[in-house]
Amino acid sequence: MKPSCLWAAAASLLLSASLAAKADAPVPSEFPAEAFPSTYQPLPSQPTLIEHAVIFTGTGERIDDGAILLRDGKIAGLGKQVDAPDDAVVIDATGKYVTPGIIDVHSHLGVYPSPGVSSMANGNEMTSPTTPEVRAENSVWPQDPGFNTARAGGVTTLEILPGSGNLIGGRGVVLKNVPATTVEAMKFPGAPYGLKMACGENPMRVYGRRHQFPSTLMGDVAGYRQAFADAQAYDAKWQAWEDKVKDKGRDAAGPPPKRDLGLETLAAVLHGRIRIQMHCYRSDEMAALLDVAKEFGFKIAAFHHAVEAYKIPNLLAKNGTCAAMWADWWGFKMEAWDGIRANIAMVDAAGACALIHSDDANGIQRLNQEVAKALAAGRAAGLDISEAHAIRWMTLNPARVLGLDEQIGSLEQGKNADVVIWDGDPLSVYTHAEKVFLDGAVVYDRDNPARQATSDFMLGHFIDADTNGSATGSTP
Amino acid sequence: MNRATKGLAALLAAIAAACCSLAASAGGSGAAPGAGTRAGQHSVYAITGGTVYTLGKAGKIEHGTVLIRDGKIAAVGADVQVPDDAERIDASGKIVTPGIFDPESQFGVVEVGSVGETRDASIDSERFSAAFDVAAAINPRSVLIPVNRIAGVTRAMVAPRSTGNGHIINGRGAIIDLGSTRGFVHRDAAAMFASLGESGASRAGGSRAAALTMLREALQDARDYADNTGAYNANRRRDYALSRLDLQALAPVLAGKEPLVVEVNRASDIEAALRLAADFKLRLIVSGGAEAWMAADQLAAANVPVLLDPLQDLPGSFESLGSTLHNAARLQKAGVLIAFATGDTHNARNVTQAAGNAVANGLPWLDALKAMMLNPARIYGMDDRLGTLAQGKLADVVVWSGDPLQLSTSAEQVFIAGRKIPMVSRQTLLRDRYLQARNDGKPLPSAYIHP
Repeated sequence: MKPSCLWAAAASLLLSASLAAKADAPVPSEFPAEAFPSTYQPLPSQPTLIEHAVIFTGTGERIDDGAILLRDGKIAGLGKQVDAPDDAVVIDATGKYVTPGIIDVHSHLGVYPSPGVSSMANGNEMTSPTTPEVRAENSVWPQDPGFNTARAGGVTTLEILPGSGNLIGGRGVVLKNVPATTVEAMKFPGAPYGLKMACGENPMRVYGRRHQFPSTLMGDVAGYRQAFADAQAYDAKWQAWEDKVKDKGRDAAGPPPKRDLGLETLAAVLHGRIRIQMHCYRSDEMAALLDVAKEFGFKIAAFHHAVEAYKIPNLLAKNGTCAAMWADWWGFKMEAWDGIRANIAMVDAAGACALIHSDDANGIQRLNQEVAKALAAGRAAGLDISEAHAIRWMTLNPARVLGLDEQIGSLEQGKNADVVIWDGDPLSVYTHAEKVFLDGAVVYDRDNPARQATSDFMLGHFIDADTNGSATGSTP
Repeated sequence: MNRATKGLAALLAAIAAACCSLAASAGGSGAAPGAGTRAGQHSVYAITGGTVYTLGKAGKIEHGTVLIRDGKIAAVGADVQVPDDAERIDASGKIVTPGIFDPESQFGVVEVGSVGETRDASIDSERFSAAFDVAAAINPRSVLIPVNRIAGVTRAMVAPRSTGNGHIINGRGAIIDLGSTRGFVHRDAAAMFASLGESGASRAGGSRAAALTMLREALQDARDYADNTGAYNANRRRDYALSRLDLQALAPVLAGKEPLVVEVNRASDIEAALRLAADFKLRLIVSGGAEAWMAADQLAAANVPVLLDPLQDLPGSFESLGSTLHNAARLQKAGVLIAFATGDTHNARNVTQAAGNAVANGLPWLDALKAMMLNPARIYGMDDRLGTLAQGKLADVVVWSGDPLQLSTSAEQVFIAGRKIPMVSRQTLLRDRYLQARNDGKPLPSAYIHP
């Protein structure tokens, strides 16, 4: 095991321990824990044995001529040889590759869907710089055609986040990438919520332009701190009421304090139940935010974009905060000016948790290619990184950012059967995802139109009478 | 330098640039004046042993030699004599191709996307339309240029951008050499840019029909002006919709000497642009072309090329509902000349990835190379000088570590007009500073490291 693996394992142990300790922390216990419960049901599946594949497990290992058994939605066997039950579908994957399903921790599919017309752009509640009360799930349009193209690129789990116009933009939601007509039917059951926060230029541009707070970086930081100070006070108020209930009984305690949906969300952050997903580009701002997190006693799961993470990899490693990065975006604003292609590899090499993310409806379709570019840049910088290790950047490390690394992100016995069969090396530009399994069910098959979902929105645009109803010869 | 002298220097530079471009224009030669090399550098290079894709008549040459002398390709072949004065570049096991030509970029007219002061690609007014010529604004010392040229991008059309409040004619673009700060503009291969479709409609008052009418009106006025300049100057002509300079700028477009690049995506908008181009006998180039595959036969019949992003596959707007990863392959198959324009100048280098995806979706590999390297030169009428590795061509040459389209491949050495490009950019310097800081174990702040 490499030092970085050891470190990651230790950190995730610590993390789950701290979560467990806070499970009974006081919150408004009067109210249902989940306002929009998941109705997700796995698609029908059959036991499936994939054999003779090159398997990248997502934990950094590679198995040549390997086999993997998917049964009842879980990974039931993995190795050189795996016995299959009689009723198993057997797929000969000679010459093909298998990886865990790709996980994208930063997507705006559904909240900024295609078509990008203004009435459909629902990702930024830019009416106040601090809107922890809103939830991305209430903006997700499940018919966004981008969910289908992302699935064809091997993406099985994705976190939909509000945009970065606000200091605190609202709750994200973790979705399983299944076609659905409601967002509840896509929600990953039991997945912790993320809270989207944003550093830097975006909030100060949005509000500064209106001569409102914040218009500077120092305004940004004051905004986060005041919000969490308010959350502490709110939490104390509820704590006092709960104590009273405990001491004197529910009737004597009087009515509970008024619920505040935003402060309730921030209080849940303070109790470690909601994970901070922080849009931040510059190294100095990331450092400041780690200080703010320390001041208020919460943890930042990941800095997103983190274009300058390569300048402070040791600080990230020390704090156990991941960096979710692009392979090569840079230069579109000042805070992205110092972007370099070796960013992911350099953060990884320092033993910090590095991962790819898309933030883009097109990029999410090719996260395997983005990983390949980041790997190539790392090698060009003289860093020794195996392909098998780089696969972590789109599988296990993003699972960790979502707090779901016990369930998804790697091919290990008992984990969810989220699996991609690639028709070649997934780090090649010419390779396609051939079959995508989610909880053991085929949700995409490149060779079977019956397993290629299309959005309602895509139906009926090109019914051409000149060609007897076919769309100018063929559909897109 | 204080602010006043800085301003003066900028002014002088602008005047010098304007004079230069006039001189080059008058000369009519696209070759950069003094296209040799800096003092102290070799001017003769022999790239030996590589697999050479000439993209020209010589096809593919195994163990080939590309000989570069004085900015041009002196010889290409399997049996080229390497002169004694040549610096040898061993390309054994590597691939050698022409440089990448970005057919629609903002090189030198944008630095930081969100910093308005660094953007010169568009004007937020209708004061000028066709007369707005980006050439005068191009900064050949842009940081974006080394970042992309060390990845194999050697030439670019610098195009004006369409913006919300401008005229539907965005202005004139210029082709530049990404390897020089002097005489880098090819004045004889400019193009005019305009927008129809949704973008044109919004600027024309809210309808595609109005945008088309505006463009027709501009062309008619330009023709009338050209035919009656004397009468116009004597104040004996009706009012025109455009200013005098705009009308003058449209003359080469009407004469078919300069192409008109029209941003247009919906199939019906492409068909409308084709009708307009036929009426005025224009050299039309379609840019965008999300639904171009639906009009492929008409485009091929009219000999109209398409600049497209092969990765565009989402219905991002109602004019691109037919977007598909198969666009490039279908157009190619129908006989349409295509070139790749990703629309991202900061990462123009990623065109190799886009091309690879086009191949993964049906475009033959060699045609993908041509779409990046040769076809832009053909589309802009520069294939007499660029786009292939052949004797007498400008020496834009890239030595690749492997398949140029593959993600693990890097450009190992780039030549632009025979200049051996230093394989360094602001990004490699940032990288090396922080790599070194890591290896040094931080005795001093990284600011003291000068990679």
